[in-house]
Amino acid sequence: MRVAVLFSGGKDSTLALLKASEKEEVVCLISIISKNRESYMFHTPNIWITELQAEALGLPLIQKSTEGVKEEELEDLKKAVEQAKEKFRIEGVVTGAVESVYQAERIQRICHELDLWCFNPLWKRDQEELLEEIIEKGFRVIISGVFAYPLDKFWLGKEINEELTGKLVRLQREYGISPSGEGGEIETTVLDAPLFRERIEVLDFAVEESGNSGVFLIKKARLAEK
Amino acid sequence: MMSIIDMNYKKDSLGFYEFVLPIITIIKNIQEYEVKHYSEVGQTDTGNCTGIVLSGTALRDKETLKHVEEFAWIKECEKPILGICAGMQTIGLVFDSTLTECLEIGMKQITTIKENPLFSSSFRAYELHTCSIRPSTDFDTLAQSEKCIQAMRHKEKDIYGVLFHPEVRNEEIIKRFVLLSRSKQE
Repeated sequence: MRVAVLFSGGKDSTLALLKASEKEEVVCLISIISKNRESYMFHTPNIWITELQAEALGLPLIQKSTEGVKEEELEDLKKAVEQAKEKFRIEGVVTGAVESVYQAERIQRICHELDLWCFNPLWKRDQEELLEEIIEKGFRVIISGVFAYPLDKFWLGKEINEELTGKLVRLQREYGISPSGEGGEIETTVLDAPLFRERIEVLDFAVEESGNSGVFLIKKARLAEK
Repeated sequence: MMSIIDMNYKKDSLGFYEFVLPIITIIKNIQEYEVKHYSEVGQTDTGNCTGIVLSGTALRDKETLKHVEEFAWIKECEKPILGICAGMQTIGLVFDSTLTECLEIGMKQITTIKENPLFSSSFRAYELHTCSIRPSTDFDTLAQSEKCIQAMRHKEKDIYGVLFHPEVRNEEIIKRFVLLSRSKQE
């Protein structure tokens, strides 16, 4: 089956891509660039990096901009999926949804309207287990956004490893923060993963912080030999 | 031992993670389990288990409904069975029920209309289906949504079907079924 992966460049959609590629034929990636930093549906920091990631993966990328207005952004997603169907003859869509019925429901509906299969290979996975899996599989992932107390700029740009996972799990116990950030508390950017032919090297970045939220903005990056 | 039957379009499919793994996650802490794809289950294969759960499938996956003859073993099986979504639809067809069109996606309100050991009153549950079942006279209807029948039970056997996906937001229903299956064996 030819499938497209809804790809934000974060750890969940990259792991979903890996799982999809083990079972079906991934033929393209779809990224939605939201102008709304608080989009309900779409991850925003460093979304431009998906271009480099797609190149590293050797997969074509369909990018679509949206104003990020709630519900209207779904129409933009639908147009992008339609484009993937026409251009790459996809039969299904794969997402990195873990727990959000809000996200899953809306993508299921779009796929149904377009006569496409919909798969969520990380659905209901334990958040801690997901972090352990990406470490074990050799992903290199940095935290590129924090959006909830008590997370602060300490976390921004940090690479997810066993030590950091332990700290995130402790925060879950104390503050109810989802350790993998499924509740939108944390956003991540993948710099390297098993299907990447090259890794991403960050050349310049800026940290922006405001209250209990902050982003690690990658200003300049390039592909480098693994 | 619970037997979990993978109802996805093929063995070892991309649907396994979404429709079978969450059921395993719920069951593994309370009971030993085995997983088989539906194409591997024969008449004699259900002997060692205490109960059987038939998983759901992706919205477009109608494979089991095209191969109902492969589920003839359900009619003879004396073990408790819980069919989820495609699992319920398949059980219904095995007992000559009628498939009806009913599209529901997302969280919906479910109303219990007949007392049963798995759930009660009114609750919200995750839906992902294009069809429901109009049960044959072998079944009692246990619950409904605004649009269609949501749960049924065989009148003489411990065979249950739920159209919604309890593994998403109603895990206790699966746990109760595991305990009910265990109690039937004792």
